[in-house]
Amino acid sequence: MHTSVALLLELGVILAVLSVLGTLARRFALSPIPLYLLAGLSLGEGGIAPVPAAGEFVQIGASIGVVLLLLALGLEFSITEFTASLRRHVPSAAVDLVLNAVPGAVAGWLLGLDAVGVLALAGATYISSSGIIARLLGDLRRLGNRETPAVLSVLVLEDFAMAAYLPLLAVLASGGTWWQAALGVLVAVGAVLAAFIASYRWGHHLGRLLSHPDSEQLMLRVLGMTLIVAALAEFVHVSAAIGAFLVGLALTGEIADRARAVLTPLRDLFAAAFFLAIGLSVSPEELLPLLPAAFALAAVTAVTKLVTGRYAASRDGVGRRGRLRAGTALIARGEFSIVIIGLLGAQYDKLGPLVAAYVFVLAVAGPLITRLTGAPPSRAPLRERADATG
Amino acid sequence: MDVNEVLLPGVGLRYEFTNHEGDRVGVVARRTGEFELIVYADDDPDEGRPMLRLNSEEADTLAEILGAPRIAERFADLTKEVPGLSAGQVEVRAGTPYADRPLGHTRARSRTGASIVAIVRGEDVIASPAPDQVLRAGDVLVVIGTRDGIAGVEQIIQG
Repeated sequence: MHTSVALLLELGVILAVLSVLGTLARRFALSPIPLYLLAGLSLGEGGIAPVPAAGEFVQIGASIGVVLLLLALGLEFSITEFTASLRRHVPSAAVDLVLNAVPGAVAGWLLGLDAVGVLALAGATYISSSGIIARLLGDLRRLGNRETPAVLSVLVLEDFAMAAYLPLLAVLASGGTWWQAALGVLVAVGAVLAAFIASYRWGHHLGRLLSHPDSEQLMLRVLGMTLIVAALAEFVHVSAAIGAFLVGLALTGEIADRARAVLTPLRDLFAAAFFLAIGLSVSPEELLPLLPAAFALAAVTAVTKLVTGRYAASRDGVGRRGRLRAGTALIARGEFSIVIIGLLGAQYDKLGPLVAAYVFVLAVAGPLITRLTGAPPSRAPLRERADATG
Repeated sequence: MDVNEVLLPGVGLRYEFTNHEGDRVGVVARRTGEFELIVYADDDPDEGRPMLRLNSEEADTLAEILGAPRIAERFADLTKEVPGLSAGQVEVRAGTPYADRPLGHTRARSRTGASIVAIVRGEDVIASPAPDQVLRAGDVLVVIGTRDGIAGVEQIIQG
């Protein structure tokens, strides 16, 4: 076997740099995603270091990264949580969709994109980053707050909306007509429902088929099955991502927990490759003229998410400060805005740089804003109480 | 006692209750097995004051300290390691001669060699009960001893 020194070296250096960036981001309780994008942007042709050997691996890793991101999303999903969110927060989801998709669509129209481009940009501004936000709420110790279930419910409903949105976009982007796209959505929604029912009634059979006490075996089986289903989904033009999402939905209970545990490191690696690849595909010359548009869009959709979060929290009877916390928490956009752009081909040369810059701004600004709006929690509540009562 | 369960989609569950002093207490159980304890402030019921975070091992330890059923479980583990020794539970039924009488009156240890190491009373556990501890109907005694010894204690308590 021939070992490519250049590949190993480039990849090793890239991973080391990503690790430093990730540590830096975590130090300030930020998501590493914007820094990964920046790293990708600074590499490649015209960047500080061309990486011809590792570039190919990053591209392949990126397509696996999308699959694993969606698989993890499906594994997170539980039918009880979904129905509970649905019961309380359908109006919040509607407000969310209208307020946040419309600015993206209008911006796409102003930039002169075609219908598919408009749809893609609307999706990118609509979907908040459930990964960044769930982690942020934990880090800021807000899981106990009353507004948190409303925030998480909005995120669950957004993630579920992706199940209909991604195949629609995938079919249209691959040159299908509107009726083909509608068929694709029907197939995907039907498959999601089938996966739900299957996991509900026969989930333990599927679990038994894939389950194995050895974690290595478990990883190989779940990963293998996911990639096969993803390939089939891609073959019928409903996007590999949706196939992986379905596998994640169909796995429930103990096997889902174990699969999450064994696949998380893999997902982190390949998702990093995916963000790098998106950064790599953007050239600085294309990016600069689109920066004002990205900033303006970020400012507008930060405000619309704020309104969305305040509305959702008010439905749960949360007070003024809690509503503000909920609104600011939802601002962060991240992995799924990037996934949406990843679905589109190279013909949308404006969209890649625009959304990369947009996500960069909001993935940094969102967590910072919500951190500033929440008062720092007091650390010595017991002693204070004793003084007050004694 | 009323315990509120709140779903935290994608994260886990939150349990909430009010204790006898009127403090609103929250327990966040994350899917990953970690726990977070929160007390809600009087001036802003929406915002929790985070008290502590526990990983799953620490949470197990805390639950063992607080939880009655877990004590019996631990004794069961203990007796696995000592051959010939086992743990049992003996219920004090209504109408037995020793209900409402001190534990010492049963003279259980001197008659059977088995020790009564704890009394489970409803939600509470009285660990290492003294001989003057009064038994009540409905109590469950946790007994450590030989198999015969435990059967002996059962006979004494049932009268």
